[in-house]
Amino acid sequence: MNADVCVQRTRHPSRSSMALILFRAFLTCPDACVFQMVQDPTQFDVLVMPNLYGDILSDLCAGLIGGLGVTPSGNIGANGVAIFESVHGTAPDIAGMDLANPTALLLSAVMMLRHMGLHDHADKIQTACFDTIRDKKVRLKSLLGGLQYFCSFKSKFQTMKAACL
Amino acid sequence: GKAVCCPRVRVLLVLLLRRSFKKFRAGITTQICASLLCRHAPPARYGGRHTVTLIPGDGIGPELAKHVCELFRFCCVPVDFEVVNVDSTKTSEDDINNAIMAIRRNGVALKGNIETNHNLPPSHKSRNSLLRTTLDLYASVMHSQSLPGVRTHHRNIDIITIRENTEGEYSSLEHESVPGVVECLKIITRTKSLRIADYAFRTAREKGRRRVTAIHKANIMSLGDGLFLECCKEVASGYPEITFNSMIVDNTTMQLVSRPQQFDVMVMPNLYGNVVSNVCAGLVGGPGLVPGANYGENYAVFETGTRNTGKSIANRNTANPTAMLLASCLLLDHLKLHGYASMIRKAILSTITDSQLHTADLGGKGSTSEMVQSIMDAIQSSGPRTQRH
Repeated sequence: MNADVCVQRTRHPSRSSMALILFRAFLTCPDACVFQMVQDPTQFDVLVMPNLYGDILSDLCAGLIGGLGVTPSGNIGANGVAIFESVHGTAPDIAGMDLANPTALLLSAVMMLRHMGLHDHADKIQTACFDTIRDKKVRLKSLLGGLQYFCSFKSKFQTMKAACL
Repeated sequence: GKAVCCPRVRVLLVLLLRRSFKKFRAGITTQICASLLCRHAPPARYGGRHTVTLIPGDGIGPELAKHVCELFRFCCVPVDFEVVNVDSTKTSEDDINNAIMAIRRNGVALKGNIETNHNLPPSHKSRNSLLRTTLDLYASVMHSQSLPGVRTHHRNIDIITIRENTEGEYSSLEHESVPGVVECLKIITRTKSLRIADYAFRTAREKGRRRVTAIHKANIMSLGDGLFLECCKEVASGYPEITFNSMIVDNTTMQLVSRPQQFDVMVMPNLYGNVVSNVCAGLVGGPGLVPGANYGENYAVFETGTRNTGKSIANRNTANPTAMLLASCLLLDHLKLHGYASMIRKAILSTITDSQLHTADLGGKGSTSEMVQSIMDAIQSSGPRTQRH
């Protein structure tokens, strides 16, 4: 592994002081990365990689946190053009039944708000979302294979709305 | 010129060409059939003792190789090692060619990972890759199994990963056609895909496994991975007792970390095999626990499953010897020395249940030598060491 240390100064709009981000580059093969990821994912923070490795590793990380049903994503292009999306399937078997887990798309929307600079709104929705997930009574069916508790999407949304206010 | 223009001569030429083409095609088919049927050539054996090539490699390889020799001596295993060192700092290929020649001579080898020096020019090929492709070690097999005494998030994992070892993304075919634009060729061939698929299904049948899963990305690489998948389906039709399914590689890694018990035998091209087998190793406790084997038609090379040099922990007596010792048990099984293999394997598995002896990779403070000593003590207490074979 090669370690290069570089310090980058950046300004976070919600903070008055300059934030110091330590950047350390680890040159590592995807194979070495994956078994470390499986054993101790907390050692990783931000990972940058080419297309195929990103495809594989991003799904691996999604599996570690609960599946595609809770994983947000965004596609960022030049000049600030961006598309934010959930990366789970279309789930036609539960379409229109008020059972879909909105977490992935909601958190993708939170990413979108941050991209637009609306950090306060993003923080509020994210906090409400996490608090609602923490509440076992309103946990929806996971896209990975099902959890014990599930109820309607509407009731989850109402709980989140209440948490936002 | 005039002779060729003659119609009779032209007919004769066409007939000759057709016959030679038929022979050529038959020759290729025979070659493929022979290679599919003949898996392991008998290794060298003189006076009841086997000679095995030992390549210590870099990093923790030399110290682990030393422990294997020590353990084999202790157990009176009828194996003599021919040690061949490969200097990874040299650009010359003499060392690796010597190693390849030794393996050709002996038929079988135990190997530590050889460091690939990234400071050398791109023309410098990985020694490990050169060894695998020259000897046509087409199947890399890794058996990831939950071990007693090793705490992991998931239990009851028992996955055999079979990775095509000689083509795919590791064909070392790269070029920079325009400055700043590099093209890398991924090679997938029908011959090698059929070969590895057949190996996977035969292995599943021999070991009484129920399911083979082909891992691919054919939705994006529809020609390359599409061909691989098609070959797997073709081979699957000849094994009706084995369930065959396929899964896209990114979904596979997600399923592995959430529900690994659904997998049985997995077959895949080179790069996916590298990633998936490392995920499996991580799931059962890490690279220090899983042995690996590389099989060709005529040769077999055994090593640790995840092929790490462990440079950062070299010579500190902290490396986990389990993977290398279990690889040496696979070697003994390959030599049909099953008694010795079982004796050593049993001792290793009983030692690993004692968390006091766990090395740092398992969260313990044990040393390599303590673990090996404990294995020898377990063997000593189990009965006579000399086995009939």
